[in-house]
Amino acid sequence: MTAKKTKLEVKNLNFYYGSFHALKGVNLEIEAKKVTAFIGPSGCGKSTLLRTFNRMFELYPGMRSEGEILLDGNNILGRDVDVNQLRAKVGMVFQKPTPFPMSIYDNITFGVKLYEKLSKADMDDRVEWALRKAALWEEVKDKLRQSGNSLSGGQQQRLCIARAVAAKPEVLLLDEPTSALDPISTAHIEELIHELKQDYTIAIVTHNMQQAARVSDYTAYMYLGEMVEFGATDDIFTAPKKKATEDYITGKFG
Amino acid sequence: MNTSIYRRRRFTNAFNMTASMLTMAFGLFWLAWILYTLLAYGLSGISADVFTQITPPPGSAGGLANAIYGSLLMTLFGTLIGTPVGILAGIYLAEYGERGWLAPATRFINDILLSAPSIVIGLFIYEVYVISVGHFSGWAGSLALSLIVIPVVIRTTENMLRLVPNSLREAAAALGAPRWKVIMYVTLRSAKAGVITGMLLAVARISGETAPLLFTALNNQFMTLDMNQPMANLPVVIFQFAMSPYEDWHTLAWAGALLITFSVLSLNIIARWLGSQKTPSH
Repeated sequence: MTAKKTKLEVKNLNFYYGSFHALKGVNLEIEAKKVTAFIGPSGCGKSTLLRTFNRMFELYPGMRSEGEILLDGNNILGRDVDVNQLRAKVGMVFQKPTPFPMSIYDNITFGVKLYEKLSKADMDDRVEWALRKAALWEEVKDKLRQSGNSLSGGQQQRLCIARAVAAKPEVLLLDEPTSALDPISTAHIEELIHELKQDYTIAIVTHNMQQAARVSDYTAYMYLGEMVEFGATDDIFTAPKKKATEDYITGKFG
Repeated sequence: MNTSIYRRRRFTNAFNMTASMLTMAFGLFWLAWILYTLLAYGLSGISADVFTQITPPPGSAGGLANAIYGSLLMTLFGTLIGTPVGILAGIYLAEYGERGWLAPATRFINDILLSAPSIVIGLFIYEVYVISVGHFSGWAGSLALSLIVIPVVIRTTENMLRLVPNSLREAAAALGAPRWKVIMYVTLRSAKAGVITGMLLAVARISGETAPLLFTALNNQFMTLDMNQPMANLPVVIFQFAMSPYEDWHTLAWAGALLITFSVLSLNIIARWLGSQKTPSH
């Protein structure tokens, strides 16, 4: 067995929305350049967990976390961490497509310009590279100056993935990225996830268990804020160790 | 099927429909009458002289040029002073106002300012500006108008920014954008059409205001573009001319009223059109 490289390590993480205890003592290791899926019923804390990895929760008052999340060994929940630089390293794609009110080209360059100064030619290359990564280039190469809002839902979501990829993050968080999309767009994006894990560490939250089984190397089953079971996807789906996991996966519960 | 219940329902429906049509007709009737009177009396007074000649003494020919330029200048400066303050405060309320007591307090005071009688604003500027510099002036008028612009722009900017979904702010923040960039390039940009609409509505609002100009810009029989001089303006000229016993002054007052009404009307139409030009969301 080759040495596994841990990209993100969650250590005894607790999370509170005001007085509500949303994550209870979560421990987890996310392997580099693999896809880790988070499944569980609504409200189990899987999205909350994902949003601690880039400290997204800090946009809102009344939320706090305890414990540690180590990115390459450094605690990202520390006070001295620059949140914006963290988010440049840990990109995120959301449930609903969120194109910015600007052209397709500017959508892609928005994140790049924040942390890199590129020449016009290099920027053009980066845009093409990111759009190719997101399997969108062929569809939009002739209309880069058009508004991102003019694309279809599935294209908008791939634009958002391209935008996240263009900033060259190390980790990519996907929060139910296909739940608002039709089956064909979903298939596109699942293929994309396969492609992207060559270069990125991916964490995906999904309600769709078949999707978790198809795209991920590891799966975590969560319930009521606790990590019930975590392991290789094949094991979780064929031989879960816990009864609760089996019940959820076979549809007896949830 | 019980036909009597059905028939009664049809009757109630027809009755309510007729009643609401009649009330609508009643309301529109006055509006139409006002517009008709304005056109009937005003159109005859509109000529090239209105735009080129200054306000005449009674009995001689003239126009409204000094009042038109005065109104345009003071509306322009009132908007230029009021809009940035209003937009910045609106951004503060919508984007930074979720914590603490300052934002709710500001919002409350702004609501009061929004409904404050404009004559109070005129008196205020008279007290703090006109008295201290010792004379009426175009600047005093612009300041009074800007105080009317500010609350309107604050309110619309805040409302428009609140319509921008949080998912968009999160998406921009998730790329590592600092807050001011999120606001400048994403949130404000999404709300752009709405914010401009609010600005135009504020311009429409101040272009007909008389009370705040009475004690601030006063009036001027002569043409001046010097903002430190008392300045002629359409609302006050209309007031003065309409109250006078002279027939030719009445004609000019009607012409001025027509000009104001149609500029406000067109501003409103442009604002509505802009408001409907929002980027399609789904």
